Amino acid sequence: MKRALLFLPLIIFMGLGVFLYKGLGMDPSARESALLNKPLPEFSMPRLDNEELKVTRDDLLGEVFLINVWGSWCPACYEEHDEILRLAKEGVPVVGLNYKDERPKAFRYLSQLGNPYTVNLYEPDGVRALAFDLGVYGAPETFLIDKEGIVRYHVSGEITARMVDEVILPEVRKWQNAY
Amino acid sequence: MDILYLPELGQFALILALVMASVQALMPLAGSMTRQPLWLAYAQPAAWAQFALLTVSFAFLTASFLVDDFSVAYVANNSNSALPWYYKFSAVWGAHEGSLLLWLWILAGWTFAVSLSKGLPVEVLARVLSVLGFVSIGMMLFVILTSNPFDRYLPRIPTDGADLNPLLQDPGLIFHPPMLYMGYVGFAVTFAFALAALWSGKLDTAWARWSRPWTSVAWAFLTAGIALGSWWAYYELGWGGWWFWDPVENASLLPWLLGTALMHTLAVTEKRGLFKSWTVLLAIATFSTSLLGFFLVRSGVLNSVHAFANDPDRGLFLLMLLGATIGLSLLVYALRVPTLKARASYSLISKDVFLLANNVILVVATLTVLLGTVYPLIMDALNLGKISVGPPYFNALFVPQMLLLGVFMGLGPLTDWKSMRLDKLRKKIWLAGAITLVLGFAVLPWVYDGSWNLWVALGLTLVLWIVTTTFRDMWETSRTKKGWKGITLSRWGMYGGHLGAALIVLGVTMVSNYGEERDVRMAIGEPVTVKGYEFTLVSLGEREGPNFSADTAVVEMRNPNGRLQRTFRPEKRMYHVRGMPMTQVSIDWGPLKDIYVAMGEPVADDAYAMRIHYKPFVRWIWWGSFIAGLAAILAVMDRRYRIRVPEASGDKLTQARQAD
Repeated sequence: MKRALLFLPLIIFMGLGVFLYKGLGMDPSARESALLNKPLPEFSMPRLDNEELKVTRDDLLGEVFLINVWGSWCPACYEEHDEILRLAKEGVPVVGLNYKDERPKAFRYLSQLGNPYTVNLYEPDGVRALAFDLGVYGAPETFLIDKEGIVRYHVSGEITARMVDEVILPEVRKWQNAY
Repeated sequence: MDILYLPELGQFALILALVMASVQALMPLAGSMTRQPLWLAYAQPAAWAQFALLTVSFAFLTASFLVDDFSVAYVANNSNSALPWYYKFSAVWGAHEGSLLLWLWILAGWTFAVSLSKGLPVEVLARVLSVLGFVSIGMMLFVILTSNPFDRYLPRIPTDGADLNPLLQDPGLIFHPPMLYMGYVGFAVTFAFALAALWSGKLDTAWARWSRPWTSVAWAFLTAGIALGSWWAYYELGWGGWWFWDPVENASLLPWLLGTALMHTLAVTEKRGLFKSWTVLLAIATFSTSLLGFFLVRSGVLNSVHAFANDPDRGLFLLMLLGATIGLSLLVYALRVPTLKARASYSLISKDVFLLANNVILVVATLTVLLGTVYPLIMDALNLGKISVGPPYFNALFVPQMLLLGVFMGLGPLTDWKSMRLDKLRKKIWLAGAITLVLGFAVLPWVYDGSWNLWVALGLTLVLWIVTTTFRDMWETSRTKKGWKGITLSRWGMYGGHLGAALIVLGVTMVSNYGEERDVRMAIGEPVTVKGYEFTLVSLGEREGPNFSADTAVVEMRNPNGRLQRTFRPEKRMYHVRGMPMTQVSIDWGPLKDIYVAMGEPVADDAYAMRIHYKPFVRWIWWGSFIAGLAAILAVMDRRYRIRVPEASGDKLTQARQAD
């Protein structure tokens, strides 16, 4: 009897372990963008490749597209770049938002890794434009915008192959078929 | 930049260290099973080699930071060429992978220290090193397989790094993690002694004597580490609080509470041979909570300001590691701990029982904190919704528990071992009790602001009770033949620890009840009054730092007579690379009060939202903690730990070791 009682700490610990195991599958923060299901903010920004040409919100609307926030300074952007290339190959328009970068470095990045973007917006350090309004606090971040210009999905951090196949592509198809 | 091979060498050293840890763990195990005493002797040199190799590995990671080798992913993610060199240095442990390497290095350091300890029988030392080796293997596998700090970004080398999190760009953060880890990992030594004792089946008082100094030193480091963290949160996060019941803070409090209980029960086990199986369980539980805290922080199951990356794969590995370490040791405990009742007897009024009461309260407090910390997780797992447990829960339960603990803190030292007559105890405590009750309950609570407050009365009564009983005991002990010299260092350690605790209670009581926090709009030239002091925003400006730009403000404070007392220069910094804003508070500090000015948001061209805090006695919380920590070190220096105990076993190895 006494010996059985000594197993109590082990049993309590195993009970705790079960909950910890369940906890692993859950994301406590599950931080959703405040803009989710809200319209993409208005903006007018220069293109990365040409300072003179401005892009506005209305230029982009009409089809489902992704906005991918990136920078040559951001290590995870290099990591996810192959996935962005794959998305572009799948026919998903991806608008790049070059964030807190310098033009020469950004050009080198694109020429070395390939350019999957239909167009690149340029928001250097100190400018408060679209990335600021989207609440971007780091790169990479990716937003899915539907035909009406509503933000429908948001990833903060690196996109993996699995996320592309299991979430992003299905989401894109879903909103392409909506309306 | 040329490719440097430092990271590869660092990783190679890490892998060799894993090999050495395996030797250190397995050879003594095999040796004691097959009765090959020579194999036991492998443990010590293996421990030395492990420490040397991890030192090399750690040095190479540090070097990669100092030379800005951004081809190393961990460096690229946590450093930047504009970062000052000392933060490049502390950035080594600024995130997950590097802090793990620090953890391992510290474990190897503790192991090295244990391997040098004199007067331990060879078999005991070998067993202890073997257990430490197993702990090290588990954690090293975790680092090498899931969290390698030496991974490269090749061939696409980033041109610059993503910078160290600005929150961590602070002198407090250079010292906080190493101190904390010294504490967490230090309890691994006590854990190893406990398992070694279970393994050999010799759960005697010698085991308690060997464990005590290690426990006290680990406790001292943990206390200092937690205090540094609290101090850092106070001035760096800009919230002005010193404890938030954040899951990560709780994770550090769990081993601290159990470690405190362990220090006390080890004393009973050593002096009286009592509560052995309980003490062993506590030793296992203390290190287990340190690992549990590690899991909570690293696996991303809980939401916290401190939490590291959210990675389920790492989490699973850690959980398996946790399960193996804690599960196996609790299993060994259940199977091996002797159930024979100790022959020593004790009566209700005795130091034995009061120390047991201390243990019960501390364990209940630990369970309270643990429950509050994992409750959101349990609710979520049972699909009962996402909830969070806030400070009201913790304060409502934890504060009364600590008050009760304080009562025993006063009684314990004045009571005799084994048994004591009630009238003898009453004779010793009546004066202290009377002073405490009169001053603490009736006089002092009025002094500060002229009105009586129950929590102040309880807090101050407790402070006085601990202080008066401690001095009573000092006086009592000094009346023996040897006088003041008769008080041993370990007794001084106890006094210091208890007085430190009293100072903490004093600080907490005062700041919780008399502190004032005001968020005010300040326009240039318009004075604002807080607690009788007049604050005026004189000017706003800007300045450029090495890797940030800052909005600055100049705020003047005048005392009630209108004399200028102090000029505050708070800043609000924007760190370029991460785009993260940080508040840099300006504090006028002193023993009686801190006045704390932090910048919020600009509300107009010439106006800013400001946070002005009045914090009476807040420093005593940290001073008390450091006094308690130093006291624990003092106790370890007691000469009885340095006396060699004649060794019972007479095998050749033991003699050989004594000879050199």
